[in-house]
Amino acid sequence: MTLPLISLIPALPLAAVALHLLLGDRLGKRGTALLACGAVGAAFLLALRAVFALAARPEADRTLVEIVTTWMRAGDFSVDISFLLDPLSAVMILVVTGVGFLIHVYSIGYMAHDASFRRFFLYLNLFMFAMLTLVLADNFLLMFVGWEGVGLCSYLLIGFWYERPSAAQAGKKAFVVNRIGDFGFLLGMLTLFAFGGTLNFTRLFAVAPHVFAAGGTVITIATLLLFLGATGKSAQIPLYVWLPDAMEGPTPVSALIHAATMVTAGVYMVARCHVLFRLAPVSLEVVAVVGAATALFAATIGLAQNDIKRVLAYSTVSQLGYMFMACGVGAFSAGIFHLMTHSFFKALLFLGAGSVIHALSNEQDLRRMGALSSRLPWTHGTMLVATLAITGLPPLAGFFSKDEILSSAFASGHFGVWLVGVAGAVITAFYMFRLYILCFRGSSRLTHEAEQHLHESRPSMIAPLVVLAVLSAVGGWVGMPFQAGGHAFERWLRPVFEGGPAFAPARELSHGTEWALVAVSVTAGVIGILTALRLYLQSPQTATSLASRYASLRTLLVNKYWIDELLDAAVVRPFGAFSGWLWRFWDVVIVDGTVNAVGYALEGASAVLRLFQTGFVGTYALFLALGVAAMLLHFLRHG
Amino acid sequence: MSGVIPLSWSLALSATLFVIGVVGVLVRRNALVIFMSIELMLNAANLAFVAFGRSLQSLDGQIFVFFVMTVAAAEVAVGLAIIVNLFRLRETVFVDEVNLLKG
Repeated sequence: MTLPLISLIPALPLAAVALHLLLGDRLGKRGTALLACGAVGAAFLLALRAVFALAARPEADRTLVEIVTTWMRAGDFSVDISFLLDPLSAVMILVVTGVGFLIHVYSIGYMAHDASFRRFFLYLNLFMFAMLTLVLADNFLLMFVGWEGVGLCSYLLIGFWYERPSAAQAGKKAFVVNRIGDFGFLLGMLTLFAFGGTLNFTRLFAVAPHVFAAGGTVITIATLLLFLGATGKSAQIPLYVWLPDAMEGPTPVSALIHAATMVTAGVYMVARCHVLFRLAPVSLEVVAVVGAATALFAATIGLAQNDIKRVLAYSTVSQLGYMFMACGVGAFSAGIFHLMTHSFFKALLFLGAGSVIHALSNEQDLRRMGALSSRLPWTHGTMLVATLAITGLPPLAGFFSKDEILSSAFASGHFGVWLVGVAGAVITAFYMFRLYILCFRGSSRLTHEAEQHLHESRPSMIAPLVVLAVLSAVGGWVGMPFQAGGHAFERWLRPVFEGGPAFAPARELSHGTEWALVAVSVTAGVIGILTALRLYLQSPQTATSLASRYASLRTLLVNKYWIDELLDAAVVRPFGAFSGWLWRFWDVVIVDGTVNAVGYALEGASAVLRLFQTGFVGTYALFLALGVAAMLLHFLRHG
Repeated sequence: MSGVIPLSWSLALSATLFVIGVVGVLVRRNALVIFMSIELMLNAANLAFVAFGRSLQSLDGQIFVFFVMTVAAAEVAVGLAIIVNLFRLRETVFVDEVNLLKG
């Protein structure tokens, strides 16, 4: 059979971008929406076809490479524009195009009244192109193009409503923080090239075990630098600060870029480079610890936030932490599994939140919501599914992936990480149900104006919610535990993660232990839910009294541990002051001074020289004669 | 060889004519006179050429003189044209009244 055209998948959204730019507003809103959604929908169908073609091949042969052209060549260094389709990138393109398509459809309704409708879809399509390039690239450099591309689109879309200073500021913050991570990624990439001699994934991973000593300094530094890039893109400690602010963007953007796809790029990258990370056990430990720390840390901040989108943002940071935790303990397929289920339920949560915000005339504060369950039945139903899914209750998607991560952490002997993960799960359940109750249950705290305009969203927005709700419910079933030889999802990814150096396999857990672990993670979720129900639904006065009793703790959480203020004081202000000094002293005095001095010197010299230019031919002739006389004298004397 | 003028005499005459020409160019204001002074310098040079040619028994000096005279004739044509045009434009042939090139 013919090979599927992999390059067409990213090319379609790019073509749509070109058409948006060429045709402009002549398309009209309907045409713009049709073009944007059509391109992504077609990309999804192509991706499906490609993945089916991949699945039809024998397991050992599930790697398709399509070389489009040679990008650059210098000596023995050459980089191709080429795409790699293997089980890992297959999962990613399905998630990206599938969830992406749903969010595109949702956006038609959400952005219907926005004046910059076309610009929005242009950015979204551009993002899809960059993201697909990122996940399909078969070398580091092309991946970096996608990596930077999604960063750019993220910046553009966070600052989409640029006339709001806070949005412009948030976009800038996201961009600058991501630059720090990108710098690490670039350095890591160059280190790998310097020692491995190639940037191509397949070739580099093949030579890596021979070039790099296992646990050696070089590979440890290189992978840590790569991980620094991942912490930037995937909002992990210490570079997570941009993601909560990124909620200034339109809600579909939060769902697409800052929940389902772009922020998972770091996890994907770490999983893609699993060969390298396995050579550097120290780096893997760092990944696991940072992931666990972020999972817990962000979850605690989520406890006290009142902006519905910010709660979800911290929840995203926390869930990304779980994915890194999985990668760090060597369970890469569990990390990718959670990436997939998370993209279903988190996209749904954001889109549901968007639906609520839309219905309440742009109200985002949980304190002015409540009792919306009957007024917004579809939104409420789908949100409830997503909330249960993220809480990790069986049989919803989140349960399978989160349980697999926790049991992998336990099985690999990372008990501390496991414990932190379980604690995080309790808190996750608690803050998610707090959000749910404050939003949909209890008494209505709506403003009069919001009450007036309250309406359920249009069907084009509800349909994606329903599809995502179904996916959030059943999407985890591909990872049913207790199957001999691993579950379907793991078997699918096995050809990718099996290669590479030998890695101490996790201890096989007995069925008893596995059941106990399942019981623990379910109990964790239930405890969180019950506490939230008790505090926010049954006796709100207990919540108030608790809040006043632990006022200082509450202040700490509300202010997000003052991390932003700390960074502002420790990094932003000193850097600003330093830049100010560079401007006032280095630039103005040294650089400008030098240039001006050259100018003044020339001017002064000219002022003297122009005295000799009288305009009289006689004067010039006199100088000439005097010169000739002087020469004659000279030759007469010395000649 | 009596009756032959010594080389140094010819050269002295040539130098004298040349200096007269130089001074004429430097001190006179009338463009026409300056022009004549330039001719004087050219002819001083011609005289030196001829004198050397004779003294060295070589024809080269004579040939150079022909060239110089040809160039001088061409130069006179161009120079006079410039002066005529200058007069038409400025109604003067005094060079100190023509200082458009002053920086």
